[in-house]
Amino acid sequence: MTDQTPFVEIRHAQKSYGDLEVLKDISLTVQRGEIVAIIGPSGSGKSTLLRAINDLDPLTGGEILLEGVQVNKTLPHRQYEKHINAMRQQIGMVFQHFNLFPHLNVRDNVTMAPKLLKGISSKEADKLAEEQLNHVGMLERIDYYPSQLSGGQKQRVAIARALAMQPKLMLFDEATSALDPELVEEVNLVMKKLAEEHMTMIIVTHEMDFAASVCDRVLFMDQGVVVEEGPPEKIFKNPDMDRTKEFLRKHLAGSK
Amino acid sequence: MGLDFSVVPSFADALLIGVLWTIAITVCAALLSFFGGILFAVIALYAPWFLRLPFRFFAWLFMGTPLLLQLFLIYFGLVELGIDLPAFVAGVIGLGLHFAVYNSELIQTAIVAVDKGQMEAARTLGLSRPQALIRVVIPQAVRDVIPPIGNNMIALLKDSALVSVIGVSELTLSAQLAIGRTYRPFEFYAAAAVLYYIINLGMEAVLRRIERRTQLSR
Repeated sequence: MTDQTPFVEIRHAQKSYGDLEVLKDISLTVQRGEIVAIIGPSGSGKSTLLRAINDLDPLTGGEILLEGVQVNKTLPHRQYEKHINAMRQQIGMVFQHFNLFPHLNVRDNVTMAPKLLKGISSKEADKLAEEQLNHVGMLERIDYYPSQLSGGQKQRVAIARALAMQPKLMLFDEATSALDPELVEEVNLVMKKLAEEHMTMIIVTHEMDFAASVCDRVLFMDQGVVVEEGPPEKIFKNPDMDRTKEFLRKHLAGSK
Repeated sequence: MGLDFSVVPSFADALLIGVLWTIAITVCAALLSFFGGILFAVIALYAPWFLRLPFRFFAWLFMGTPLLLQLFLIYFGLVELGIDLPAFVAGVIGLGLHFAVYNSELIQTAIVAVDKGQMEAARTLGLSRPQALIRVVIPQAVRDVIPPIGNNMIALLKDSALVSVIGVSELTLSAQLAIGRTYRPFEFYAAAAVLYYIINLGMEAVLRRIERRTQLSR
């Protein structure tokens, strides 16, 4: 890998469901340590694009590269599985509905994947869980089950679970959209902390204030294309495109 | 003529041994039906067609024919093929596989009903599909069907009386042997019924405990 290799590179991403084209030739690069927000109306394809990065929703055309290695390779089934599992270990993902494992307590939610995939001992795993949970302020809930936690607490554990694999890149798919308003802030604080630690993050969000305060760059997507991108000051204060202006006007009116 | 329960205590030892055999065969067959049910569910949902089709036939055979016939087939029929199983083993296999097929139907439905986000979250962490099934999806599916599987296990306990016909000296056969000696069918069948009921209560208590322990993990 040379210095010119972008950290994440999306080349001509295209996805259709039958006749419906949800991603239309999107290209994008993200540098190491960069924090990118993707905003846009629902149905714009922003979640689909995010979920294509770890091949959870495979593209129908185009390439995703992480440090120059293609993520969505076409390989025979077995080789593909081996390849994608190795790639996904480097890409953390946080979901709108948390998707914590309800049958495992907080500790086991965090340690299951590292124990299974990295072969670390129970002792090391416990230490890892304590570190990661401390990081998101959930250490005192280590022996609780997800059913005993609030939404914000669940999401913080889900972030710790993703971080426990020591990913190079974190994807956030509307991480605070399912939360009660008063619980959003605790999750935002954890994400801000990650930003300060220079974690590379791609964040699909509806929260313009958060995007404005944390992100280096904002992409506005609509109808499967990136309409406009730039630093948050530019996109939020002085966008070029009419569609961006209209979206922001409607969105800000709706959220007040 | 009147009933005379005073003959029952003199056969207490034989009945108690019958109770122990009934418990032994029920526990062994229950374990087989539980783990077999999980395995069958995985085969039915995920195996390639050359495993799935024979399994469908096998499931149809076990659900569509009498358990009594299945026990005869396994114990007496297999001898012709050179497979001479001890009665206890034949009984455990017959009862266990029969209920495994019923448990498998429950578990299949529950696996399909587990939230898709669970598989996605596990795959996102880098788990393979089999790892995700074993660690994440199947445990939740099994947890969700513990109450109906418990009902199947109670049915299994009661149907364990059928293995008396292939000569396992469990509770029903012990009662019959005592009746043969005393000609007191009412007394001994009634005694056996009470003992089955007590075993049943014990089993329900165990099942309730398991259900309670899985409460938090929902």
